[in-house]
Amino acid sequence: MTVTDELVSYEDALESYDPVMGLEVHVELGTKTKMFCCCSTSLGAEPNSQTCPTCLGLPGSLPVVNATGVESAIKIGLALNCEIAEWCRFARKNYFYPDMPKNFQTSQYDEPIAFNGYLDVALEDGEIFRVEIERAHMEEDTGKSTHIGGATGRIHGASHSLLDYNRAGIPLIEIVTKPIVGAGARAPEVAKAYVTELRELIRALGVSEARMEMGQMRCDVNLSLRPNGTETFGTRSETKNVNSLRSVERAVRFEIQRHAAVLDSGGTVVQETRHFNEDTGSTTSGRIKEEAEDYRYFPEPDLVPIAPERAWVEELRAALPELPRVRRQRLKAEWGISDHEMQSVLNAGAIDPIVATIDAGAPADQARKWWMGELARRANEDDVELSALPITPEQVARVCALVAEGSLNDKLARQVIEGVLAGEGDPDQVVDKRGLAVVSDEGALGAAVDEAIAANPGVADKIRGGKVAAAGALVGAVMKATRGQADAARVRELILEKLGVQG
Amino acid sequence: MADLTRLTAAETAAAIASGEASAVEVTQAHLDRIAAVDEKVHAFLHVDTDGALGAAEAVDAKRAKGEELGPLAGVPLALKDIFTTEGVPTTVGSKILEGWIPPYDATLTKRLKHAGVVILGKTNMDEFAMGSSTENSAYGPTGNPWDLTRIPGGSGGGSAAALASFQAPLAIGTDTGGSIRQPAAVTGTVGVKPTYGGVSRYGMVAFSSSLDQGGPCARTVLDAALLHQTIAGHDPMDSTSIDAPVPPVVEAARNGDVRGLRVGVVKEFAGEGYQAGVMQRFTESVELLRELGAEVVEVSCPSFTYALAAYYVIAPSECSSNLARFDGLRYGLRVADDGTHSAEEVTALTREAGFGPEVKRRIMLGTYALSSGYYDAYYGSAQKVRTLITRDFQRAFGDVDVLVSPTTPTTAFPIGERADDPMAMYLADLCTIPANLAGNAAMSLPCGLAPEDGLPVGLQIIAPAMADDRLYRVGAAVEAGFVERWGHPLLEEAPAL
Repeated sequence: MTVTDELVSYEDALESYDPVMGLEVHVELGTKTKMFCCCSTSLGAEPNSQTCPTCLGLPGSLPVVNATGVESAIKIGLALNCEIAEWCRFARKNYFYPDMPKNFQTSQYDEPIAFNGYLDVALEDGEIFRVEIERAHMEEDTGKSTHIGGATGRIHGASHSLLDYNRAGIPLIEIVTKPIVGAGARAPEVAKAYVTELRELIRALGVSEARMEMGQMRCDVNLSLRPNGTETFGTRSETKNVNSLRSVERAVRFEIQRHAAVLDSGGTVVQETRHFNEDTGSTTSGRIKEEAEDYRYFPEPDLVPIAPERAWVEELRAALPELPRVRRQRLKAEWGISDHEMQSVLNAGAIDPIVATIDAGAPADQARKWWMGELARRANEDDVELSALPITPEQVARVCALVAEGSLNDKLARQVIEGVLAGEGDPDQVVDKRGLAVVSDEGALGAAVDEAIAANPGVADKIRGGKVAAAGALVGAVMKATRGQADAARVRELILEKLGVQG
Repeated sequence: MADLTRLTAAETAAAIASGEASAVEVTQAHLDRIAAVDEKVHAFLHVDTDGALGAAEAVDAKRAKGEELGPLAGVPLALKDIFTTEGVPTTVGSKILEGWIPPYDATLTKRLKHAGVVILGKTNMDEFAMGSSTENSAYGPTGNPWDLTRIPGGSGGGSAAALASFQAPLAIGTDTGGSIRQPAAVTGTVGVKPTYGGVSRYGMVAFSSSLDQGGPCARTVLDAALLHQTIAGHDPMDSTSIDAPVPPVVEAARNGDVRGLRVGVVKEFAGEGYQAGVMQRFTESVELLRELGAEVVEVSCPSFTYALAAYYVIAPSECSSNLARFDGLRYGLRVADDGTHSAEEVTALTREAGFGPEVKRRIMLGTYALSSGYYDAYYGSAQKVRTLITRDFQRAFGDVDVLVSPTTPTTAFPIGERADDPMAMYLADLCTIPANLAGNAAMSLPCGLAPEDGLPVGLQIIAPAMADDRLYRVGAAVEAGFVERWGHPLLEEAPAL
């Protein structure tokens, strides 16, 4: 199997085929302790320091279910419009792998805690697409293998591997869609919108931070094609661990093109696991599933069944927060922006920062301007999420306030933000340290204007002759002379005043 | 003071509490006894001399300070090598855990230590508790103190043999299909499988999670009750542990009485394969119950016929999964880690070298039974049989208070006789398995020697779940009746070693 498979163009692929997707998303819950023991789930600890007999699978150890994990699972199920099982069990999924201490994963099989739901997702143009949910079930994460000595961290060619079991036993919720049909050419967009909406939902529920770059949310993309107008699903590929929103979109797109090429050439798609390569946007063959793996599921005998009381489920339902899509509708109206603009805010992960900035006193348009402009650009450059930038909504609100009171113009404000991001302190400290105050001394400003007029007699004549638009050139000269620290609007006023022209 | 190793646990505790003997003296007497006879018996895999004397010293110090001692403080105990003991080897009778020192105590171990019970060491067992003779131990067989050429039962043969050879007055066993009761029966001792969930499984190396149950082994019914009381009760670390008060087992053992009690004789536990002398002693036991005032009726539990088959699907299925963790990567044996083998190969070679034939047989059986396409036919059907057996019990207990049967179809067989015939070996658990499948409480206690071979016969009493106290009430009455008839406890007839 070559790394770069033959592809056909996306448009040609859709001309002949109808994509069918299935998305499996794993969410690491933000519980304080693991799913079946009392070990901490905090990130960044020394390898294997957050382990105990149970999560190491030592002989004799037993699991006990984390009640908060069950509660989180039910909340997710309810928010996904699922039915909540009256009675369900854990099951053992048996397979050998060194990062799984018991060599079985405690999961759920034919009795998931939540099933039969849906999630409405908004596409770029505001259209709503309903994704049907098959199930959401509880399970535990595995440990983490680090392969040493091989290429690109893969086990192939490695001399040895290191195992960290701190992650083993962290609660996971796996959310599985029913086959997503009818998305057509918009399949990649639907996939991305679904994962985005799910992430927003998980965050709104407060059950996980769902940060994909931290591995707290991971997506597997199943994709198959069928000839347009036919009903039977084609053979699917399963692209594992697609770990950013953009990658979800790209992986779907790539697989559509790859499958189409295989089918066009009269070949058959191999049912296999594939790896997504972030750098190239392509997928490569992993292990081929010649026959379905037999996990020999059976009910976990070390745990008792879970039977969530109906009254409790209803309490949880009543306490669900405003769901993200509803909230976005509300904010869109409050901020007076279009569907498309709202979508951009969502894609940038800017909703919460903007809301927090408004809560800290900034006007909505200003808050949105900074987060979607300067800050979004910086986040993009640094390849981090907006919320991970080292600036707080309160600091952004303070910058807005300084602009509003005339102490800063936009250009200076950008420098202040740059200073905050560089760790130079709060906006006021940056203003002090960098000496970034607008020149409002009329005398000094007047002198700079006189100089500019004297240096550009031709331009001055044009303005006197009524070409007010030419004033821009003089404003620029004054701004340059004052190193940007002047209020451009006031400079313009002064120029027109001195040349005896009405603005 | 007379031979301290001949006392019951209750007598020993009383002697220590009154100052007649110190816990250290008692412990030393047992360590001496082990040194004298265990080379022949091979009940222990590991003797923890320092740990035992340390625990005994602590009890003596407590007494010296005038602190109150628990009912078993200072009494020595032989612990089946399936419970984890912090800092003390735990092998489960397997090569695959050779050299493993657990970093934690099982809940049961903790409770014993807390009660001041002195743990002498770890006893021999069939590998991973799979067997009925202790011949499947990777560390060699244990002899039956009544006849060292015969098996002491299994899987808890080491614990039972330690009691019968006076190396300890108390022992701990685990019972998945009869591993407490069958060894008790063939060694003339008392063994109790508590209600499933009655004693915590945390730290007890799993064989078959839904069947495994730790329980007390002793030479008298009262001693078993005192130990039962010490180890039982809810444990938040074990989700299947029952969150309810422990049935009043000690009170019941002190007040043996069967007057007005309805006793059911299970019709299905008789016939082909049952040794004549075993049936003779069992019949005498039933007569004794009648004489003591019980009303005896015959009951039928038709589904029991399928119990053995269901057991040999469920137990291997669970074991195939439970034993998957022994992969040579984190603890215990590791084979072929020479830089030329992959992790997968190391795991395969470790399991090949570390597991014995019976363990491999059951892992393969279970792996097969759980396979897709076979699950319903095997595991699914076995679970249905389990439900039917539970219903048979429920129906029977609607009519009677306890059920009785022989504990085993035969007395102790010679070492090696059934080693190559797994089916014959499995039949040893014919009468004990139904109680495991249903989760009921059951006891075996001595009811005499079979006339043809002079070996002990066990009487099994089965009570409904959470009615463990009935076992002790009936057991104490039967025990008193027999001792009166014989003039002494049965074990006094055992040969000197």
